[in-house]
Amino acid sequence: MADQSHPAVARDQACDGVLPLSGDGLRVTASPLAARFVLRGATSLPAWFGPSLPPRLGTATAEGRAALWLGPDETLLLAPGGDAGALFADLERDLAAQSCSLVDVSHRQAGLVVEGPLSSLCLAAGCPLDLRPSAFPVGMVARTIFFKCEIILWRRAQDCFHVEVWRSFVPYLAGQLAQARAGTAGLPVTGGGAPAPMHW
Amino acid sequence: MLLIHCPYCQMDRPETEFRNGGEAHVARPADPMAASDDEWAGFLYYRSNPRGLHAERWRHTHGCGRFFNCLRDTVSDRIVTTYKAGTMRPVPAPEAL
Repeated sequence: MADQSHPAVARDQACDGVLPLSGDGLRVTASPLAARFVLRGATSLPAWFGPSLPPRLGTATAEGRAALWLGPDETLLLAPGGDAGALFADLERDLAAQSCSLVDVSHRQAGLVVEGPLSSLCLAAGCPLDLRPSAFPVGMVARTIFFKCEIILWRRAQDCFHVEVWRSFVPYLAGQLAQARAGTAGLPVTGGGAPAPMHW
Repeated sequence: MLLIHCPYCQMDRPETEFRNGGEAHVARPADPMAASDDEWAGFLYYRSNPRGLHAERWRHTHGCGRFFNCLRDTVSDRIVTTYKAGTMRPVPAPEAL
């Protein structure tokens, strides 16, 4: 096990020096420290964990924890708090009867909260998905790409997204978001997640 | 950019999320030890490379991660249909071509 206090591996320092970013209409912050597990092949989650397995392209949340659909048999589990080891051991014990795999990826990824009336517009600068609320409603989650890095995009509210990204990509992601924000200069900031009509 | 329908996500997704995985329905000899060199070389290296409809494997790499199959026209680059891995190659309706 690597030295967890070293800046290169410490989970709570993944976004240091890069975030927060804030500007008119867009705010990007590091989400609170969380344990992350990738669960594959399971047919159910232990009831004490909170959320159950999510529907296709959706999320299940309960007791502050979340299960995000990544693929037909793949789920990302998010649990706030720094102690991933104890939770992992409990989950592993209660999933032992199922043919599945549970991998602790807490250190691999960082969570970002992208919020504000311009959030969907700035994310759309690098993400080719249709992010209008009608096509990407609240609660929907998709693993996709943002410019050149892979992200997991989860819409928490009309103007609030949770983005999971591999931690070495955080400066890249933040830089691209800042540049996208700069590119919206002069656009009227509207509420309700509906970007103003674009006249480039 | 092409929009490709992922049969697992059940929605159209941008082409950049996908990777091509070569020709589909290439069957591995059931007993490799009994296969002749020609049969094995055919499995490993020889592909049909048709002009027109081509059944291909694609992977939704930056999405659900699943391999699926796709009927694509190699002349027009038009994707006629996509279907789940392990299912038979469909015969597209004439109006879909």
